[in-house]
Amino acid sequence: MSVKDKISKICPSATFEDADVLLVNVPAEDWRALAEALKHDPDLNFDVLSAVVGMDWKETLGVMYYFTATSRKWEMLSVKVAVSDRENPYIDTVSDLWKVANFQEREVYDFYGIKFVNHPDMRRFFLRNDWKGYPLRKDYDADPKLNPIPENDEKNEDNTVSYVKDPNGVIKPIPSKVFEMHDYVMNIGPQHPSTHGVMRFRVALNGEEVKKVDVVSGYIHRGIEKLCEELGYPQILHFTDRMDYMSAHQNRHCLCACIEKALGLQVPDRAVVIRTIMDELMRISSHLLAFGCTAMDLGATTAFFYGFREREMVLDIFEKTCGARMSMNYNVIGGVIADLHPDFVKDVKALLAIMPERLKEYHTVFSGNIIAKNRLHVGHLSKEDAINYCITGPSGRGSNWSCDCRKKHPYAAYDRVQFEEVLLDGCDSYSRYMVRMKEIEQSCRIIEQLIDKIPEGDIRAQVPKIVKLPVGHWYTQVEASRGTFGVYIESDGSKNPYRVHFQSPCFNLVGVMDLCCRGNMIADVITIGAALDFVIPDIDR
Amino acid sequence: MFDFSIITNWLNDLLLGCMPEWATILVECIIVGVILLAAYSVLAMFYIFYERKLCAYFQCRLGPMRVGPWGLMQLFADVIKMLIKEIISLKGTDKFLFKLAPYIVVAASVTVFACLPWGYGLQIINYNIGIFFMLAVSSLGVIGILLAGWASNNKYSLVGAMRSGAQMVSYEISMGLALMAIVLVAGTMDINELVWKQENCWFIFQGHIPAIIAFVLYLIAATAETNRGPFDLPEAEHELTAGFHTEYSGISFGMFYLSEYLNLFIVSGIAALMFLGGWMPFHIAGWDGFNNVMNWIPSIVWFLGKAFFISYIIIWFKWTFPRVRIDQLLTFEWKYLMPIALANLALMAVCAAFGWLF
Repeated sequence: MSVKDKISKICPSATFEDADVLLVNVPAEDWRALAEALKHDPDLNFDVLSAVVGMDWKETLGVMYYFTATSRKWEMLSVKVAVSDRENPYIDTVSDLWKVANFQEREVYDFYGIKFVNHPDMRRFFLRNDWKGYPLRKDYDADPKLNPIPENDEKNEDNTVSYVKDPNGVIKPIPSKVFEMHDYVMNIGPQHPSTHGVMRFRVALNGEEVKKVDVVSGYIHRGIEKLCEELGYPQILHFTDRMDYMSAHQNRHCLCACIEKALGLQVPDRAVVIRTIMDELMRISSHLLAFGCTAMDLGATTAFFYGFREREMVLDIFEKTCGARMSMNYNVIGGVIADLHPDFVKDVKALLAIMPERLKEYHTVFSGNIIAKNRLHVGHLSKEDAINYCITGPSGRGSNWSCDCRKKHPYAAYDRVQFEEVLLDGCDSYSRYMVRMKEIEQSCRIIEQLIDKIPEGDIRAQVPKIVKLPVGHWYTQVEASRGTFGVYIESDGSKNPYRVHFQSPCFNLVGVMDLCCRGNMIADVITIGAALDFVIPDIDR
Repeated sequence: MFDFSIITNWLNDLLLGCMPEWATILVECIIVGVILLAAYSVLAMFYIFYERKLCAYFQCRLGPMRVGPWGLMQLFADVIKMLIKEIISLKGTDKFLFKLAPYIVVAASVTVFACLPWGYGLQIINYNIGIFFMLAVSSLGVIGILLAGWASNNKYSLVGAMRSGAQMVSYEISMGLALMAIVLVAGTMDINELVWKQENCWFIFQGHIPAIIAFVLYLIAATAETNRGPFDLPEAEHELTAGFHTEYSGISFGMFYLSEYLNLFIVSGIAALMFLGGWMPFHIAGWDGFNNVMNWIPSIVWFLGKAFFISYIIIWFKWTFPRVRIDQLLTFEWKYLMPIALANLALMAVCAAFGWLF
């Protein structure tokens, strides 16, 4: 029985649309029943919730859900749930079925004011608790008088609320507390040496043991998705470099690929290969930084410099071709912005030549050390949890979950190269760390196969001066350095996107901090954070 | 070997000739105090530069290079910066204890500093229980750290101070036991006698296997005692920002900083005294020509050289190893280090009793 038939059997009110991913329209009252079936029905079995996109369709508010079935060749399905009550929009939560939805729904609540019934912790996620209005709604009033620049410190929000339907069908808020009465709460961040940016954790402690971690995010929230709605397509590209700056090429690749998919544009082969090589170089650079930062967070300051020594070579390669070491702005719609520097091949080969030897050195100086090994065996995350929390990338593969987009639905030039998806079954920080080290080897292998075969030809396709996408919506994923990066674009046919959503891997990574840290020590919070390797601008966007 | 007591005795006689005995002692105390404090700060500055350069070379860097040749002036710049920085006072701190804490830490380390045998005839305090006194006084420093953590009214500081308390109390045991093994070889705790007993052969060679084990144990415990990596949990930069001295600024922070480096020198000095002969040159019994050449090198150079060498090893630890976790730290001490130290002490007692020493 096909997915379509099965869904219409469970939920007769559902209607279907064929887009790049099969779309199911469900009324809000039937959504919960369908969600349970999607999760538990053996014929559907969509075990991964890949993206949750809040939407404002002017008459209705709603959510687009993107699901993936790992057991059926990464088949995807999207579900559209809409409610017409703009004052009190309620949608049933799915955070108990897919744990990743916990933070995702908080984000939707923050931007659209949609309240999720039965969600355990319906607080804002990015904005201050005293923020007025829901900024991504189309009727949002951006008057600075409503939300002036605050002159007072934000109060710690210890109160939370959960919306519960009582037996009469009336939805009521049930208040509760984030921490217990006598918890010793320690603040880690937003200014802290090891949160890798302005991230804040409030950690309830019992001695040195962690009882609960509350993630307070939004210190570097720039409203990129909101900004995108007021700019043309070529103008929004540069934002991607500023989200996960360690995956600048991959992120931008993803956004360009999504626009190219919408335009039906064929990217020249030379550009495809260049993009692939650049993505892998970016991955090497990112994993080297992850190595360095993990080592430094564990106190091995020297190893940090060893990682940076090699990263410097990658950055020099980028600088020569792209003109920048960070925020490269290299991919454009239809190809890449500039041709390769004459030294490119030579420099890349020099890097590939030294990497295997240097990886051994890293192991000797850091991860081969008994102290490092003992410290890193913390932060257990089972495969089931990794799937449930949608922990992709090296962190997911450290829990033995095969989730590499480059293998699951190959894009760019990944279908013409040989490489292995690195999987380890340690399920702890050490495995996550080792996956990164082994992925550097695989990235080198990919680059080795392509570097002598960069085809001649154009570096970008002919693109109209004003890019207008047809009416519709598209979702594209690539494998960024830290996991699956997704871009959702909805267009109303004008030159500006109607809605852009970036599904960043780090957003999900920070969602497991509480799960991984409980019962460990304060020092392990830092280790686990370092091995998950989240980048804060990618979470906050 | 040049005997420094010639100078000190000459000075003593000179002063006695022109003033009464009480005034002589007063003047001598002032001179000694000034020299001591000057040596304390100069050594601290040297150590800061020493560590910065060493860690730079471990990390494929050059270290400070801009101020003066090889960045030599950098340390003066740092000291001036630290002296003129504002001492921030915070709301909610226990003001008296907050200000008192750095002085306790410095006082403890200066007192131990005074006991070190600098050279032939160059020693300030000498008791017949000298080494015991040094161990006792050096543990007073932890009170300052606990006070600093408590008075700061900061959760990082408090966690850092509590860690420090647990750590120092624990590691003192293996440190003491390791030194006790050497006391068994020497049969004395008097610092001067300890040095003279190593005239023909340093204790690390006299005591052979158990002495070498004791030396390794001592190095590990000393690293922990000085709160240095891989045991720098009280500061634990990446967890607790700066641990017990998070809230300190200006010269009150400078005091902690100084005493940290001086403690490194002091534990190295004790190791030099107990294992490597203190200021005693390297002698091989019977090789008189060789011994005479060794004697040409001044005794103070021998002492400082040995201390710097041991500091080098401890700095090397810090810039190589990752930091351990508090439970691992305590497990390591109570389950491994202390039992080994006890067994080693018993082994040394057997060796000493049967005269199996060189």
